[in-house]
Amino acid sequence: MKIKFMLFIPLILFMIVCAFLWRGLSLNPREIPSPFINKPVPGFSLPELYHSDRKFNSQELQGHVSLLNIFASWCISCRVEHPVLMDIRSQKTVLIYGLDYKDSRDTVLKWLHKSGNPYQKIGFDETGNTAINLGVYGTPETFVIDKQGIIKYKYIGPITEDVWQSELQPEVQKLARED
Amino acid sequence: MLPELGNFALILALCFAILQSAALWKTNLWMARRCAFGQWIFVLFAFLILETGFITNDFSVKYVAENSNTHLPLFYRITAVWGAHEGSLLLWVVILGLWTTAVAVFSQRLPVDFRTRVLGVMGLISTVFLLFLIITSNPFYRILSYVPSDGNDLNALLQDPGLAFHPPTLYMGYVGFSVPFAFAIAALLTGRMEAAWARWTRPWTLLAWCFLSLGITAGSLWSYRELGWGGWWFWDPVENASFMPWLAGTALVHSLIVSEKRNAFHHWTILLAITTFSLSLLGAFLVRSGILVSVHAFAVDPARGMFLLEFLLFIIGGALAVYAFRAKKIESQLKFSFISRESFLLFNNVLLFVAMSTVLLGTLYPLILDALGLGKISVGPPYFNTMFVPLTMLILFCMGIGPLCHWGKTSWETLRKPMIISLTISIIFAFLVSLPVALAVFAMIAIGHRMWLTRKTMPSPNRLGMWLAHIGIGVCVIGVAISATHSVERNVRMGVGDTVQVGPYIFKLQNIKDIRGPNYTGTQGKFLVSRDNETITNLYPESRLYTVQQVMMAKTAIDKSLFRDIYVAMAEPLDGHTWAVRLYDKPFIRWIWAGGILIFLGGLCSASSRKFW
Repeated sequence: MKIKFMLFIPLILFMIVCAFLWRGLSLNPREIPSPFINKPVPGFSLPELYHSDRKFNSQELQGHVSLLNIFASWCISCRVEHPVLMDIRSQKTVLIYGLDYKDSRDTVLKWLHKSGNPYQKIGFDETGNTAINLGVYGTPETFVIDKQGIIKYKYIGPITEDVWQSELQPEVQKLARED
Repeated sequence: MLPELGNFALILALCFAILQSAALWKTNLWMARRCAFGQWIFVLFAFLILETGFITNDFSVKYVAENSNTHLPLFYRITAVWGAHEGSLLLWVVILGLWTTAVAVFSQRLPVDFRTRVLGVMGLISTVFLLFLIITSNPFYRILSYVPSDGNDLNALLQDPGLAFHPPTLYMGYVGFSVPFAFAIAALLTGRMEAAWARWTRPWTLLAWCFLSLGITAGSLWSYRELGWGGWWFWDPVENASFMPWLAGTALVHSLIVSEKRNAFHHWTILLAITTFSLSLLGAFLVRSGILVSVHAFAVDPARGMFLLEFLLFIIGGALAVYAFRAKKIESQLKFSFISRESFLLFNNVLLFVAMSTVLLGTLYPLILDALGLGKISVGPPYFNTMFVPLTMLILFCMGIGPLCHWGKTSWETLRKPMIISLTISIIFAFLVSLPVALAVFAMIAIGHRMWLTRKTMPSPNRLGMWLAHIGIGVCVIGVAISATHSVERNVRMGVGDTVQVGPYIFKLQNIKDIRGPNYTGTQGKFLVSRDNETITNLYPESRLYTVQQVMMAKTAIDKSLFRDIYVAMAEPLDGHTWAVRLYDKPFIRWIWAGGILIFLGGLCSASSRKFW
C-alpha cells in the first residue's frame, strides 16, 4: 500500500498544535512574574494607620519572615481573604504586615474594628505611591519576604485556605528554616 | 427527584449516542435513525428539567444555586440555564441533537451507506460531548446536606436580553459545522467524493454558517451595549475562537461551489470541512479550559481542559488520520484560465485561509511563547488590525470581480463595463472617505450591476442569497471603517447642570435620581442631547449595583439611528455630586450589525434553494 506523505501534513500540524495546548494546560496565563522577586523590598516610610505620627519603615521587614499584604477597605476580594488572614495570624507562623492602599482612614479603622485586625503593623498609603513602587496591579496582593528583607514570592488575588496551604505556607516554612 | 431524572436522562441519551456511533461499523440505517431521535428526546428532557430547576428556584441543585437568585427576574432565570459552563454545555448537546435529528429526517435523497456513516460520525461526537458533560460538568450535581436558602445570582454582565439570543445562535453555528464534518468523514469512508457529495453538503454548511454569522453579530451588538466602552469587537481570544470557524466556514461555503459545479478542489474542500469543525472544537477548548486569559472564560478546572484535549485528539486527530489514509482516492483535475470564476474563488479561499491562520497565530502565540519558556506577552488589537485591514481589502476586491466572471474562462470584454463603472465610483469614495470604504463600495456596485443585468428574470434563491450576503459584507465593512475613523469619544466628569460637547452634539446632565430594580439598586441620569439648539433626545443611562454579588455595572443609554448612534455610559459616582461619564458619537455603527443580518438572511435564502432538498 502506497501512502502519500503529503496527506499526513495536516495531521502532523494538528499534533504539534496539540502538544502546545497540552503544555499550556499546566501553565497559568494569569500569572505575571514580578520583576521584584529576589530583590530587596523598595524602601518606603509610611505613616502608621493607627498612629499617624509614627512611621512604618521597610527596614522593619528584616530579621524575620513576613507577609506584606496590600489591601483596602473598599476592595471586595480583600474581605474574602480577610478570614484567612485572621486564621494565619492565630497560627502565629508568620507576621503579617499590611499596606492600606488608597483608602480613607475612618472607613478602614471601622472595618478593622468590626472584623478584626490580622496585621502586625499597617502602613497607610493614601496616595498609592508606595504600592506603585512595589509594582502592585490591584488589591489584594501579597508578598512573601525573607529574613534579609528580600521578596521571595508574590501572590495576586485573594488568598484562600487552599492557596495558603499549597503555595504560601510551604514558602514561608522554607524561608523560616534558612538563616 | 427531578434532578436525578435529568441525570438519568443524560445517561440514557449517552447509551443512544453510543449505539448510534455503532453505525460507523455496521450499516444499519433504521437503528441509527431511531438512536438519533432517542438521544435528542432524552437530552431535551434533561434540558427542560434544568429549566424547571431554575424556574422553581431549586437551590439544592448546585448549578442553580451558583447562577440564580430568588430576586432574579423570570426571563433571566430562564436564560441563566446557559449562563455558565455546565448549562451551556448542555445547550451545546441539545443543539447537537437538533442537528443530528435534522440530518436523520432531511437526508432522504442520500445513499443509505453514506447516510448511515454520517449519523455514525454525529453519534460519535454526541458520545464524546455527553461523556464530557456527565463526567466533568454535570449540571445536576446536588447539595443535599445544606441547601442554600438563596442563590449566588447570575453574573451581572449576563443579565441582558443578549444572553437569550447570542449563545443559542452561536452554538447553532458551531455545532452545525459538525454536519459538513460528518459528511466529509463519511465521504472519505465510503469513497464518494464527487460533485454530488458537495451538493449534499452545501445546504447544511450554509445553514451552520449563517447561524454562526448571526451569533457573532448578536455577540458583538451585546458587548457594544453592555460593556459601556463603545467598542463592538475586542480581539479577545474567545471572540477569535468564534471568528476562526467563521472564516474557515466562509472559505468552505465557496470551495463547495467549485466542488459541486466543476468537480474540483475536493481535497481542499474536505480539509476545510474538517478544519472548520475542528476550529469550533478548539474554540470550545480555549473557552472552557482556562488556557488563555479572556473576559468570556468560564470557571477554570484543569481536569476539564485535559478531558477536552483528549477529545480534540480523538475527534480531530481521528478525522485527519482518516483523511491521510483515504484521501489518495480523491481525483480532481481542472484547467481554468486566470480570469475565471474558479481562480477568483481560489484567491478568495487562500485569502480567507490566510486570515484564519492570522487569527489562529495571534490567539495561540502567547501560549506558544509561554510553553517554550520565552516569556509572557499578549497579542492585541494592533497586530490584528494591521493584519486585517489589507487582507479585508484584497478579499473585497476578489468579491467584487469574482461574481462577474464565468466558469472556465472569462473574456476581458464582459468585465470591462462593470469594472469601469465600479472603479470610477469607488475612486471617488477613496478620496472622499477612505480606501476600505471605497473597496466595499466597489464590491457592492459590481454586484449591483450584475443584479441590474438580470433584473427581468426572477433570480434563483441561491443567487439572491449570494447577492444579499455579499452586500451584507460590504455594508458591514462600511460600518466598521467609518465608525472606526469618524467616532468621537469623550470621558468626562459631570455633575447636574453640566454640559459637554461631543462632535456636533451637546449633552446636558439634567438630573440624577435613585432607582431600585429587582436585584439591583443604582442611580439614573437624565441627559438632554441637542444639536444646534434643537432637542434630539433624552437619554437615561444607569449605574447599577447588583446587590447579591456587589458588582457595579453601567447600563448604557443609546439613541440608535441608521447613520449615527449617540451613546452614554455612566460609571460610579466620583464623589457625592459628580459622575464619570463616557459620551460617544458613533456614525454608521449600526451598519456593522445590519451587514451581519444581511449575511444571515443571504445564507438562509441560499440554503432554502429547492435544488438542495
